Amino acid sequence: MDLLSSLKEWMPILMFGGFFLMLCTGYPVALSFVATAIIFGLIGLGLDMFPISRLLSLPSRWFDTMSNFTLLAIPFFIFLGAVLEKSGLAEELLETVGILLGPIKGGMALAVVLVGTLLAATTGVVAATIIAMGMITLPIMLRLGYDKRLATGVITASGTLAQMIPPSLVLVLLSDQLGVPVGDLFAGALIPGLILSGSYAVYSLAVAYLVPNSAPALPLSMRQITGGALARKVFRALIPPVVLIFAVLGSIFFGIATPTEAGAVGAVGAVFLAFANRKLSWKLLRDSGESTTRSTGLVIMILFASSFFSLVFDVLGGGKLITELLTNLPGGLWGFLIAANIIVFLLGIPLEFTEICFIVMPLLVPAANALGIDLVWFGIIMAINLQTAFISPPVGFSLFYLQSAAPKEITTADIHRGALPFVLIQLAVLMLIILVPDLSTWLVDYLNELNRARMAGGN
Amino acid sequence: MKALLAVSRAIDTVTEFIGRRLSLLVVLLVTVGFVNVVLRFSQRFFGRSLTSNAIIELQWYMFTILFLMSFAYILKENLNVRVDFLYTNWSARRRAWVNLIGHLLFLIPFCLLGMYVSYGPVMRSWGLLPDGTFGTWEISPDPDGLPRAPIKSMLLLAFVLLLVQGFSEIIKQLAIITGTVSGEEAARIEEYHAAPIE
Repeated sequence: MDLLSSLKEWMPILMFGGFFLMLCTGYPVALSFVATAIIFGLIGLGLDMFPISRLLSLPSRWFDTMSNFTLLAIPFFIFLGAVLEKSGLAEELLETVGILLGPIKGGMALAVVLVGTLLAATTGVVAATIIAMGMITLPIMLRLGYDKRLATGVITASGTLAQMIPPSLVLVLLSDQLGVPVGDLFAGALIPGLILSGSYAVYSLAVAYLVPNSAPALPLSMRQITGGALARKVFRALIPPVVLIFAVLGSIFFGIATPTEAGAVGAVGAVFLAFANRKLSWKLLRDSGESTTRSTGLVIMILFASSFFSLVFDVLGGGKLITELLTNLPGGLWGFLIAANIIVFLLGIPLEFTEICFIVMPLLVPAANALGIDLVWFGIIMAINLQTAFISPPVGFSLFYLQSAAPKEITTADIHRGALPFVLIQLAVLMLIILVPDLSTWLVDYLNELNRARMAGGN
Repeated sequence: MKALLAVSRAIDTVTEFIGRRLSLLVVLLVTVGFVNVVLRFSQRFFGRSLTSNAIIELQWYMFTILFLMSFAYILKENLNVRVDFLYTNWSARRRAWVNLIGHLLFLIPFCLLGMYVSYGPVMRSWGLLPDGTFGTWEISPDPDGLPRAPIKSMLLLAFVLLLVQGFSEIIKQLAIITGTVSGEEAARIEEYHAAPIE
């Protein structure tokens, strides 16, 4: 084989390499996709590998994105989360749960896990959740004399749950890439997500009881609130968001509404909660709309740019090459799963989930299909994996978010060392989900069966 | 350079004006989404669904306008995520070079390419026939559906806005490189507020 033809064969790999070099210059990620596509499109043109007419299929890819009902759920869910956060309802929720659980040993850590889980189920935005929890609970935990590593670790890990617990943006994008219904992916992620937050809670309590003085209880004297006022707080700040969460998730799971519809109703529900708490204002709506615009625009801009990238990549033979490599790995299904996990984990450290979804998933899905892997199960594995990458030192995104909100006495090393036990917990749960696929598929099958029976009975 | 900066400022004003209006569109989108659900569920009570394909399609039309019009705004506000472990440690001038070269070689050609490849499909959607005359415009295949041509044209408009904003960015990077703007002004141009997404 001469040099030129082997160069042609490895062109897609070079293209990936080129993309990472481009990223290192600090040029925006979305535009790095475009840059790499242009450079390698031109090289392909020069080597007669890239018929330029193939570019004419770009608009139809873009039109597909425009009319995609799954993606339409994105602005609804982001708006829901933004309203809860910007109206101060999320903060009040955290305060209330903190007061409730604080008086037990490790209680503040438990409160962080619980609130992290609840906010995750309202499409909490990871950055906002971590920053809010960091600003409110971290000073309290430090004053109580919490171990710094436990305090920071539990915040980063719980705040990142938003990626995993439905309804989550990651799952919406994954379902689009995997070609499975969002509802199925949501149902599949619920039990693994709860296992994760349950493990965090167990770990925090274990540390609190096994390591003396690592997580002291909030002395009742510091709790300046009467029983009546506390009860009112619970009814105002805790119960309504919980009801909203159950209504949104329930209507999706029981097939009453599509995820997009549930998102629209949930968004209006959040506005109603803000109104009931006398927090509704034009400013709140405008600010929430603004952050919805920014997040939605960013995600879709990356999607648009990556369609161009993946078109060029495919024409250069990339899709075929990667599928061949992945399906011919030693060990068959297990070889593939291990390779997929390593790839996604490594990419997940420097990249945001959006980019990974758009560049890696299209490469993994055909191979997963060829190997007959259940795509819901596969999607959940990828989601947990991405989440682990998010809290992995030294460059996981969540660590930076907490750093920006943490008091001065917290060092970067504290945050990094604090995250480590949670990374290990995540890896253990990841193994569990891989070894027991039923954990992610059982609820999906059960609900589908239930909804089918109801449809048949109803008509 | 001063004149160019004035042009850039004018472009930024327009982009900002459009971008700021999008939050209103989000509120409308949520409202339409909610109304659609209410109408669909009215079926349970009235025996027939009151929603129509027009309302369902209106949702995704608004969604499309939302993100297509946001691209230029995102570029202007410097919201794009960057992998910045090297980038943040470089001098302002070096960062400006990265952006300048990138925009000139890749962003501008991408916008031109996007306009070039979309022009045909958009014009066909307006009813342009191979013989150069116009027939009927493209309409949704579903009953009561909306015409497709206007929304497809938004794609073209998005690339035009992004292209124009690209020129504005190039001018600003040039100003930093040539030292036309003061350090403070340069810092404001450069202000990098990547909005972390989830």
